[in-house]
Amino acid sequence: MTIKATHEIHERRLSRNMGVGLTLVVFVAIVFGLTVVKVTRGDPMQAFDHVTRPEMEAVGQ
Amino acid sequence: MADLSINATRDYEPTFGDYVALLKPRVMSLVVFTALVGLVVAPVSLHPFEAACAILFIALGGGASGALNMWYDADIDSVMRRTANRPIPSGRIAPGEALAIGVGLSGLSVVMLALATNIAAGALLAFTIFFYAVVYTMWLKRWTPQNIVIGGAAGAFPPMIGWVAATGSVSIEAVLMFAIIFMWTPPHFWALALFMRSDYDDAGVPMLTVTHGRPATRRHILAYTVLLAPVAIGLALTSVGGPVTLTAAVILNLWFLKGAWGIWKRDEVLAEADGYRSEKKFFKFSLAYLFLHFGALMADAAIRGMV
Repeated sequence: MTIKATHEIHERRLSRNMGVGLTLVVFVAIVFGLTVVKVTRGDPMQAFDHVTRPEMEAVGQ
Repeated sequence: MADLSINATRDYEPTFGDYVALLKPRVMSLVVFTALVGLVVAPVSLHPFEAACAILFIALGGGASGALNMWYDADIDSVMRRTANRPIPSGRIAPGEALAIGVGLSGLSVVMLALATNIAAGALLAFTIFFYAVVYTMWLKRWTPQNIVIGGAAGAFPPMIGWVAATGSVSIEAVLMFAIIFMWTPPHFWALALFMRSDYDDAGVPMLTVTHGRPATRRHILAYTVLLAPVAIGLALTSVGGPVTLTAAVILNLWFLKGAWGIWKRDEVLAEADGYRSEKKFFKFSLAYLFLHFGALMADAAIRGMV
């Protein structure tokens, strides 16, 4: 039996691996983009840390 | 000699396209459009990137529920001609893999929507997935001929999720957008059931045309169309409506009612004689009805934005 260098199954695997890989790259880009949007807009990035901080109450209201 | 070919290791080797097919991309297009309208007409506007992410994750949640539906319904799908070529019955994706994808993407889409917008939107998406995959697919689809009505509710949630993603709460406008799709779904599908000689019966799924007969189905189409009209006009009178929506609602509903009335007046002999012409026309118009109605809401939102 000869072993073929590329089989049809390899093509299908390549298509799937490329697709899944690209999807993951896009997902990383989305998470990064969301982070940039939320940080630059100044969404609350900190909360009370066991100590009352009156200055944050004003921000929260 | 033993089979040493590379295929012997695994019977199925899905391509990326098979995974995409598992998410029902055609259903997704309606989800994307209606969710986008819900988001755009809301009085609070999101950052464009957040809005795009919200639409993407609502669509992904819809796709995930489609995958769960295909996993559970693989036995029915393999019996019916229309669905026999879906990824699971055709053997391209293993059932366990479809279940894993469905559950995984459900969790991912809900968490990401909640992080991108707000917790309420994420919770509503989670409820929609649960409603479609469990309440509709597992409990009611094989039990009652009203399955179309219940399944329609799952399809009606996306504009409401879009609205909640923007505003953080449910209001009358969101409820009416939900109600339009909810009331529209039964006439849309039952018109299809009248002219598509389906094999639902072989699969053991109760369809109104079979359980209650075709005259009863015609009556149901008219009843739901009559109930749809006040909902559509009511939405046009809320804050998201306007002259375009009101005009569209009046014209579209008169036209829809005329079609439903025509279907109700006909009997099977007449319908078979002209090849179900009225039913086919009504079905095609029902698609335009929904797109034009939600398109009109977008148009009014654009007009409000310009003023």
